[in-house]
Amino acid sequence: MAQVMSAEDLSRAIRRIAHEILERHRGADHVVLVGIHSRGVPLAEEIADAIDLFERVKVPVGELDIGLYRDDLGLRPTTRLSRTLIPVDLTSETVILVDDVLFTGRTIRSALDALADLGRPEKVELAVMVDRGHRELPIRADYVGKNIPTASEERVAVRLQSVDGTSGVWIGSEDES
Amino acid sequence: MRHLLTTESLTRAEIEELLDLADEFTDVLGREIPKVPALRGLTVGTLFFEPSTRTRLSFERAAKALSADVMSFSPSTSSLSKGESLKDTVLTLQAMGCDLMVVRHKATGAPWRVAEWTDCPVVNGGDGAHQHPTQALLDSLTVRRHFGKLDGLHIAIVGDIRHSRVARSDLFAMSTLGARVTMVAPPTLLPLDIDDWPCDVSFELDDVLGGMDVVYLLRIQAERGGATVFPSLPEYVQRFGMTRARFDRLSPEAVVMHPGPMNRGVEIAPEVADHPRSLVLDQVRAGVAVRMAVLFRLGQAVRTEVPS
Repeated sequence: MAQVMSAEDLSRAIRRIAHEILERHRGADHVVLVGIHSRGVPLAEEIADAIDLFERVKVPVGELDIGLYRDDLGLRPTTRLSRTLIPVDLTSETVILVDDVLFTGRTIRSALDALADLGRPEKVELAVMVDRGHRELPIRADYVGKNIPTASEERVAVRLQSVDGTSGVWIGSEDES
Repeated sequence: MRHLLTTESLTRAEIEELLDLADEFTDVLGREIPKVPALRGLTVGTLFFEPSTRTRLSFERAAKALSADVMSFSPSTSSLSKGESLKDTVLTLQAMGCDLMVVRHKATGAPWRVAEWTDCPVVNGGDGAHQHPTQALLDSLTVRRHFGKLDGLHIAIVGDIRHSRVARSDLFAMSTLGARVTMVAPPTLLPLDIDDWPCDVSFELDDVLGGMDVVYLLRIQAERGGATVFPSLPEYVQRFGMTRARFDRLSPEAVVMHPGPMNRGVEIAPEVADHPRSLVLDQVRAGVAVRMAVLFRLGQAVRTEVPS
């Protein structure tokens, strides 16, 4: 696979997204970051760390597993569930969903359904590291690390130091690993 | 895993996956909206040819928490009284759009026959004195939650082993998960093939009491002939009942369990049943989450076969 973002590119994008969040919300007092399993969770934590570094605000970070909300349950092999954990009451908070790659938008639709069962946030926004196009639903991201035009059969992999031992974004064809 | 008929054929990985799923569903059940859309559009049929309250309710609650629809069949209100055969009943339900069946029947092996007749995944909700796999899973989950794991635990199952589907199912699940199981009963209440089971046997509860981490008390089942194979209830209580005096001789970390409904004062003394080291209500609570895990896992297979 070909590397399209280096570790340094990735961490700059994370820092920029953190700044954008702080700018748009004039701080981060009522912001909750919710990472979508699996790569969204460590990404959300890195964004929260950057916000803490810039403005000394600890933003709560939640985890969301959308396995039970998928509309393609039968199209994939058996789903394993990860933990869903929302550390604070979401009422009157702004939730920023965090995921690694925005593709068809179906994962985000599922995440919105899951979120609605967990509380009623004031507002929901979306942050993704890579927007690769090919949307199948009317969904867009509020914060984007990088727009990467792709062919629909290509594979985009966001890897993070904390889970993969290496950081960066790679792109390749389906059969490559 | 296409059906869940017995715990005897389950691998450790399969059991652990179901218990892990059940842990996630426990979280779902604790939410303000304890419902997820995972099985939306599927219909679960509960065919209980034998009376049951808690197992049936627990399956129906589990199905509804997964957003499945429920079709409920019970013999007293059905054409069974008009002489319809089991096979015709099953085929009728399938023709009405049932996707997944939970079957309880007094005849050993009935759920296997149902699985041959239909295309649906089948869950054994208890067949005769043979198997009750979801009970074994919820018992295993309860023990795993309390002790963290089953490896190395010593578990006594006490009572009418011979007529108990719970004893059979629990033995295979718990020993697969690494526990050592001792069956405790008078010789008349042990099955004839007990030598082939992967367990130890004792005829005296008092002999084994001190070394146990879990003492699992079975219900004395008068309706399955339990009362006719030992002389009297007081004599049973004297040798095999979990009295307060016996409870005090257990190790301080040991717990007691019971599948319910309890005969208080027979197999378990009332003050033991209500003791903090009684896991009876934890077992009931684990039931819905475990059945959600089973229905979810089998329901995924239904979806996989339907082209969308």
